[in-house]
Amino acid sequence: MTLDGFDSGRTARITGVDWASLAEDEGKRLKALGVDEGAEVAILHRGVFGGRDPIAMRLGNMTIAIRRMHAAAISVEAA
Amino acid sequence: MSRKHTVALVGNPNSGKSALFNALTGARQKIANYAGVTVERKAGRLTLPTGEPVELLDLPGSYSFDAASPDEAVTRDVVKGTFEGEAVPDVLVLVLDAANLEQHLVFAQEVLELGRPTVVALNMVDLAERDGLTLDPAALSEALGVPVIPTVAVRRRGIVDLNEAIAEAETHSDEEAPTRWHLTLPERRLSAKHMARAAILSKSTRHTIENGVDKVLLNPWLGPVILFGLLFVIFQAVFAWATPFADALEGGVGVISEAVTGAMAPGLVRDFLTEGVLAGVGSVVVFLPQIIILFAFILVMEASGYMARAAFLMDRLMAGVGLSGKSFIPLLSSFACAIPGIMATRSIADPKDRLTTILIAPLMTCSARLPVYAVIIAAVIPETTVGAGVGLQGLVLFALYVAGIIGAMVVALVLRRTVTKGAASGFIMELPRYQLPRIKDLLIGLWQRAWVFLRRAGTIIFVATIALWALLTFPKAEESESQLDASFAGAVADTIHPVLEPVGFNREMSLALVPAIAAREVAVSALATTYAVDAEDEDVAAEGVTAKIAALWSLPTALAFLAWFVFAPQCLSTIAVARRETNGWKWPIVMVVYLFALAWIAAGATYSIAVSLGL
Repeated sequence: MTLDGFDSGRTARITGVDWASLAEDEGKRLKALGVDEGAEVAILHRGVFGGRDPIAMRLGNMTIAIRRMHAAAISVEAA
Repeated sequence: MSRKHTVALVGNPNSGKSALFNALTGARQKIANYAGVTVERKAGRLTLPTGEPVELLDLPGSYSFDAASPDEAVTRDVVKGTFEGEAVPDVLVLVLDAANLEQHLVFAQEVLELGRPTVVALNMVDLAERDGLTLDPAALSEALGVPVIPTVAVRRRGIVDLNEAIAEAETHSDEEAPTRWHLTLPERRLSAKHMARAAILSKSTRHTIENGVDKVLLNPWLGPVILFGLLFVIFQAVFAWATPFADALEGGVGVISEAVTGAMAPGLVRDFLTEGVLAGVGSVVVFLPQIIILFAFILVMEASGYMARAAFLMDRLMAGVGLSGKSFIPLLSSFACAIPGIMATRSIADPKDRLTTILIAPLMTCSARLPVYAVIIAAVIPETTVGAGVGLQGLVLFALYVAGIIGAMVVALVLRRTVTKGAASGFIMELPRYQLPRIKDLLIGLWQRAWVFLRRAGTIIFVATIALWALLTFPKAEESESQLDASFAGAVADTIHPVLEPVGFNREMSLALVPAIAAREVAVSALATTYAVDAEDEDVAAEGVTAKIAALWSLPTALAFLAWFVFAPQCLSTIAVARRETNGWKWPIVMVVYLFALAWIAAGATYSIAVSLGL
């Protein structure tokens, strides 16, 4: 499954990222922030209005805001 | 003596780099642009313990040399010595957030691979302690092969030690760079993990405060309520708290003007000083208190870490018109003045996003529109209440603000589908940890903003005012005719009046729009002059002009004038800043044309609707 559908609060391990579906700069930025296979993330907050977008996730010691479309490119499994 | 040496601060965003920069240099900072790009170049003077002065450069925060934004490209090129016109820094100060070591060590290794003389500032050790982390700088120093100095920039801890380490590193700046290892990103990440683990002596399981605070501030229901409550307080403060200071400034300009009038013989030079320089520049400087108050709020929001949360909360709304939460900060600034707003768009990485934000920034109701709105509303809108305690005048003012915001959203939507068409912009942003802002950093930030504003008033507005004064003063009128009719400005007004007549403007209004191109608020004093109100002071002039407008303008005409000012690009400085930030005339021209077109349509629609309603 992908991160956008994962339960909030539970830790997920990234099993793969569909880099091709992301804009080049956004892929670079996510990679630099530590989004990659093997990293553990957890969704902390979801946005306000329709679509529950954007998403705030915990990655290491950081909180990172991303859009749902980015989360949809990140495959995860329960850690 | 050879050239002055440079020391550059490099590090991830949110590593506390700017606070460290302030602690090392104090308020003496030079802010400019890097040649050819609109990335801010911040430099200051650092005096080493040896007494040698060096230039300290605060490079834009970077996650990686594999740049994903123009800012990051500048950092990479300067550090590697490939940026034309910038000397390669003699010493690099690598700033790491002690509480986020594992992540920051990834970029750190990339920097260290260059083999330049480097000192590591292990910054914000107090926040790490707050999170229950105890660190071992010696172990980290061993692993990285460079000195590691623990610092707390906001409390000045470790600043002296850091300064000494920089001086020591500088003595090696001429040495050949040793060959270093080169790792791939996954390798760097792995070794960052090992180094961070080795450097962390103990880690308690204490929860960071972010989670708790964010549960409230980013709550889907409470979060937006708190944000809009805060925005309401900010607007109240900007308009209520600033009034006494603005009045005092205005009084001060009046006193100087009177003193000049008293001290000099009547004539062209005296008129030039009082009517041209003082009236023109003075009418802009009175907005300084509002700008300072708004920026005080913005700087506190930024320094505390809340601004990123505000961007998070606004992202969904902004996405609806093709922008992202990152556009929220510049647009908020534009309520004080579009100029700092347009400059703040530099933080938006996506070029089309940034351009769209620049183009709609003038639609946010800046403080210069307020005097125009206030005078016209007072003249034509009755002081009645609609419903419980809501005044009609206040409601009209509110409607004008809302009209600007809705206009901006519609324009953004249209622009994103036409001239700035492209892939929907994303939103990836680190939400930094919460921090108590330090007064000194806030004061330095406020001083820099105030200075930018005053310099603008002293240059662009100064020149524009003189030019307009000349247009209004020459050629000199004959005895029987009014000065305005005879002047070049009068001729210009006669030329544009046919265009404005269909939207309900009379000739006096067309005339007032000419000098108001320099700055909107000038429309008030221009109308006052046109109606031959004999008053130097703008307040008195405003009172007189209110009565005249109430007597001479029809309600549809006055409403059309208000609608015009919601959209019209009546501000030369905004156009000048847009030109500088977009590196050319193309986009400012697009901006001016679409804003005038919108203003004309809005004024015309307002006029004909009001007339047909029999108002």
